[in-house]
Amino acid sequence: MTVQLFGNLAIFVLSLLVGFEVISKIPTTLHTPMMSGANAIHGVVLAGSIVIASLADSPAGYVLAFVAGALGAANVFGGYVVTDRMLQMFNRPKAPPAPAKSSPEDAS
Amino acid sequence: MTALAFVIGLLYLLAASLFVVGLHLMRAPSTARRGNYISAVGMIIAVVATIVVAVVTGAHSVWGWIALAAGLVVGALFGAIRARTVKMTDMPQLVSVFNSVGGGAAAAVAFAEFVLSIGGTPLQVSESIPVVLDVLIGCVTFSGSLIAAGKLQGVIPGSPITFPGARILNVLVVLVAVAAGVLVIMYPTNLWLLVIEAAAALIFGVLMVLPIGGADAPVIVSLLNAFTGLAVAMAGFAINNQALIIGGALVGAAGTILTLQMAKAMNRSVGAIVLGGFGTADNASGASVNQDMTGVREVVADDVALQLAYAQRVLIVPGFGLAASQAQYELAELSGLLIKHGVDVKYAIHPVAGRMPGHMNVLLAEANVPYDQMLQLEEANAAFDNCDVALVIGANDVCNPMARQKGNPVSGMPILDVDHARAVVVIKRSMSFGYAGIPNPLYTDAKSGMFFADAKAGLGDILTATKEYVSA
Repeated sequence: MTVQLFGNLAIFVLSLLVGFEVISKIPTTLHTPMMSGANAIHGVVLAGSIVIASLADSPAGYVLAFVAGALGAANVFGGYVVTDRMLQMFNRPKAPPAPAKSSPEDAS
Repeated sequence: MTALAFVIGLLYLLAASLFVVGLHLMRAPSTARRGNYISAVGMIIAVVATIVVAVVTGAHSVWGWIALAAGLVVGALFGAIRARTVKMTDMPQLVSVFNSVGGGAAAAVAFAEFVLSIGGTPLQVSESIPVVLDVLIGCVTFSGSLIAAGKLQGVIPGSPITFPGARILNVLVVLVAVAAGVLVIMYPTNLWLLVIEAAAALIFGVLMVLPIGGADAPVIVSLLNAFTGLAVAMAGFAINNQALIIGGALVGAAGTILTLQMAKAMNRSVGAIVLGGFGTADNASGASVNQDMTGVREVVADDVALQLAYAQRVLIVPGFGLAASQAQYELAELSGLLIKHGVDVKYAIHPVAGRMPGHMNVLLAEANVPYDQMLQLEEANAAFDNCDVALVIGANDVCNPMARQKGNPVSGMPILDVDHARAVVVIKRSMSFGYAGIPNPLYTDAKSGMFFADAKAGLGDILTATKEYVSA
């Protein structure tokens, strides 16, 4: 038990630090899509909904499985789709309308 | 450790790595979309792995699966349809709604874990503490984010809502929530205690956000985004699931960083926004006050068109007024016209232009403005010294030169140095103050011309007039 708890705590703290490190470098241009993208990632709570649904054995448990499943799925699907919609517009590389159409792929 | 647990562990590790790589790629516009895909692949792996392990080891009743499947269909449809149909100007409130449901889901997971333990082995302290924290944070973000979304949408008045005794009520509600939480840890078999904790937390979420002004709402949404991350991580502790712990912690960190950057760009401290909402209500933003007209030089569309058509370098400063009147298409058309005419047009974008950091970039991107024309604060300020005309549209505090002096509400706020341009044109509906509630000397500067109009109508007039000058 304590070994497991300690392992989880270590994962938690290190993930926080990784999060600070990775995210602090994002330019303001992308803050809105980034916030939305991060929002989608906490939709991983959907995995938790699945676990509790599989263990549920009472009416209260079923109701909670439904609620957690619905809310989690809205978070995941909505989050990723809306983030993609925003980023899709950013990717439209129609700078000066002329010069060839090669630029998007050479992502320097 | 069974072979299955080992494989699932590896898959979770892979999913977590993809989350990190995905977030990392979101740093640059050219790779951001791929980053989101990679993060989504991580999500699919995490969810599928969880389904596999649940099918193999769990499934006490088919009703659990039916309830889950029904929930998934409802939630997925709602999320995907709203995400497909939302207008870009309404983006901040939708992000807030998706944040809200995440918090609600995390709280529901903790509740289910608790319900399960009542029928079986009581929770250990190492499980009941995360359950209590999860319900507390999850419920606060659930109701708080909904209220914030309502404020951004305009369903709930954007002005701070306060009432006598609000502060005492706040303290009472927090005390109830904390006391109930502590009791849950001491008596981990009493469901009512957890229900009371959840109810108090839900009420607190509402009370926390109601007194916060609409202009500060994005900071609160971002803060609640961080909270949801933590709630999800706590759910991970409660059910011993590493995917939830990692994903939640990453978002907790992301939301915290964003919140701090956002608050800094708005020259507000997070503490002042939250506590200001609690106690002191609002002082400055009596926005009905107007600036003195003395020294103002009024211009008409024709003057502006002439100035723009004969300029070499133009910097456009879009502000909240542009987003509010949905004028980004007219603006993009105008700048396209000028660029074709040989004028160098760029956009100077303040970090908090729009309703959320980066929101203006999204709105302009929607109107087909390429992102290499959008300058961030530092790049823009380097460009103002060499700029013939700065066209300010519905922006106020973010270009108020008084920020460089001490002793006023905008002191120290990072601003766009619009006053360094050779000439300035401001499109604005009236001389009303911005959020900070102070006059803007830029408007009375000798080189500034004020064009009083709604952004959409005004840009339309300028567009028509400009066509006269640049045709042929």
